[in-house]
Amino acid sequence: METLLALLFGLLLAAACYLLLARSLPRVIIGLLLLGNAANLAIIAAGRVAGTAPPLVERGAQALAAGASNPLPQALVLTAIVISFALTAFVMVLAWATWRSEATLDPEALRRAEPAALPSTDKQEAAEAEARP
Amino acid sequence: MIAARADWLLALPVLIPLLACALSAALRGRPLVQRAVTATAAAAMLVSGAALVAEVLGRGVIASQMGDWPAPFGITMVADLFAAAMVAITALIYAATAAYAPADAGMRAQEALWHPLLAALVLGVAGAFLAGDLFNLYVWFEVMLIASFGLLVLGGGREQLDAAVKYAVLNLMATTVFLIAVGLVYGLTGTLNLADMARRMPQVPNQGAAAAVAFLLLAAFGAKAAVFPLFFWLPASYHTAIAPVAAIFAGLLTKVGVYAMIRLVTLVFPAGQDWMAPLLWAVAAGTMVVGVLGAAAHWDIRRILSFHIISQIGYMIVGLAVATPFAIAGAVLYIIHHIMVKANLFLVAGAIRRAGGSFSLAALGGLWRRDPWLGILFAIAALSLAGLPPLSGFWAKFMVVKSGFDAGWYALAAVALGTGILTLYSMLKIWIEAFWKEPPEGAAVVALAGRERWLLLGPVAALALVTLGIGLWAEPFAAYALAAGEQLAGREAYIAAVLGARP
Repeated sequence: METLLALLFGLLLAAACYLLLARSLPRVIIGLLLLGNAANLAIIAAGRVAGTAPPLVERGAQALAAGASNPLPQALVLTAIVISFALTAFVMVLAWATWRSEATLDPEALRRAEPAALPSTDKQEAAEAEARP
Repeated sequence: MIAARADWLLALPVLIPLLACALSAALRGRPLVQRAVTATAAAAMLVSGAALVAEVLGRGVIASQMGDWPAPFGITMVADLFAAAMVAITALIYAATAAYAPADAGMRAQEALWHPLLAALVLGVAGAFLAGDLFNLYVWFEVMLIASFGLLVLGGGREQLDAAVKYAVLNLMATTVFLIAVGLVYGLTGTLNLADMARRMPQVPNQGAAAAVAFLLLAAFGAKAAVFPLFFWLPASYHTAIAPVAAIFAGLLTKVGVYAMIRLVTLVFPAGQDWMAPLLWAVAAGTMVVGVLGAAAHWDIRRILSFHIISQIGYMIVGLAVATPFAIAGAVLYIIHHIMVKANLFLVAGAIRRAGGSFSLAALGGLWRRDPWLGILFAIAALSLAGLPPLSGFWAKFMVVKSGFDAGWYALAAVALGTGILTLYSMLKIWIEAFWKEPPEGAAVVALAGRERWLLLGPVAALALVTLGIGLWAEPFAAYALAAGEQLAGREAYIAAVLGARP
């Protein structure tokens, strides 16, 4: 099971890297989602996947019975899913706003905050280049 | 069990901004009430921060288990001298930007959103400083991140959208790397509590995996701290934010990353993996040089200042790389000095923009003749950043560089000194262009006057006074930093405070 999860983790990571390097914001967002899911898989895989019984301590017992699943990674993953949901929603709105105002989704073409070239060594030219876009 | 004083002191720096966030979000549309809420919260936070520092000075490291679940199972909040000082300085910056913001011209339409987002940001920052648990640290980072996304796009301009896309994507990647590392650390050590992890990390049989995890964590925190190869989001975004937002970002956000790096390296990996010292060496030198050269190339005040954030982070990493108690104390003093001075410089930049009509050095000029006080306040912050005596930057830089020479890291100390000279160069560039040169034809001339002048320059003057105070009366601050350095280097106090007397 761990091997399978590890392979899946690697696959998701590779796909995420590929998408994050794309010059299109929707792809980048999907890449972020995949990366988040890879992280969740890593947490689950790291926290013992053997047990399947619910992690409840029986009446009178002092510890979990053998074969109980580990509740902590699940709690961590739940938190992480909620957070990545909120952040992804924000980035999607951001991409939508960018599309409406700039009519492009190519991050390379977004040059309002970061000019394409080095600033000029002449301050007047630099100021003009800044004001142009 | 009734919560003891330590529990309250540790919870209040988180509770106050949380309440302020909820209240000011509910009071949208009533800017005056919102301002009152933020002002009250900032004042309360200053008091609780000071009380926390006093308590930690008196009793050493204090820890609190939320809900009384014993460590390492529950959520732990810890404050040592370093963390307490960071909380107090966060409160100071909160108060300064809160006082400055209503007078800032870029703010007017956005003020309803500014108050809750500012409180949320401070909540995340204070929580991150007090977290005693790696996963909580991750959650506080995310709180901070979502609030900073909101603050960055506050102006609603097209420039800000571009900046926010780059800021958001790169920071999200960094936090996801952090999350992956959290999962792997849990798999290796079976714990997420930092103190417990410090005890168990040396016993991990697979030290290669431990090194990989340490690298992942350092990379994630390094991206937050904007260190050399991972800083690209910072110059792409900070200069687009409105002045009070840029000030609080510049002061606090990157320093949370540095704080996390120092905490991780001193507490969990104190013996240091073999690769760690050379790596930190290269990162520190690269960060200083690239940052300061980037600043030298620019002609826009905010861009210059943004690049200087990066170069100054390098000095803190020098302290961490040298890693003697004295060096760590230097890093601690450097962070405290830097948060104040950098936030102050961005606030001054906002005032310069108001008085001169532009951030671009080409369009500015003649400010010294029009408003000498603005010039003096800028000069105090700028010369402190460059590290000239008798200002706070001198002592911070002195400690860091001396620790480098003491430990025989001559090349690194030389790089640090050279970076100081180049920092002075860019500060003088701003000074000559904006204050001394004749104003260019057709430059906007807006005299800062009356109430607005007081509101803009009041917080700046207060922060400048603190800088001067640290510079002229350095002894108690240096002693505090040295004690904090000792405490970070000898980590037993921290571990004992969190885990109690358990073996």
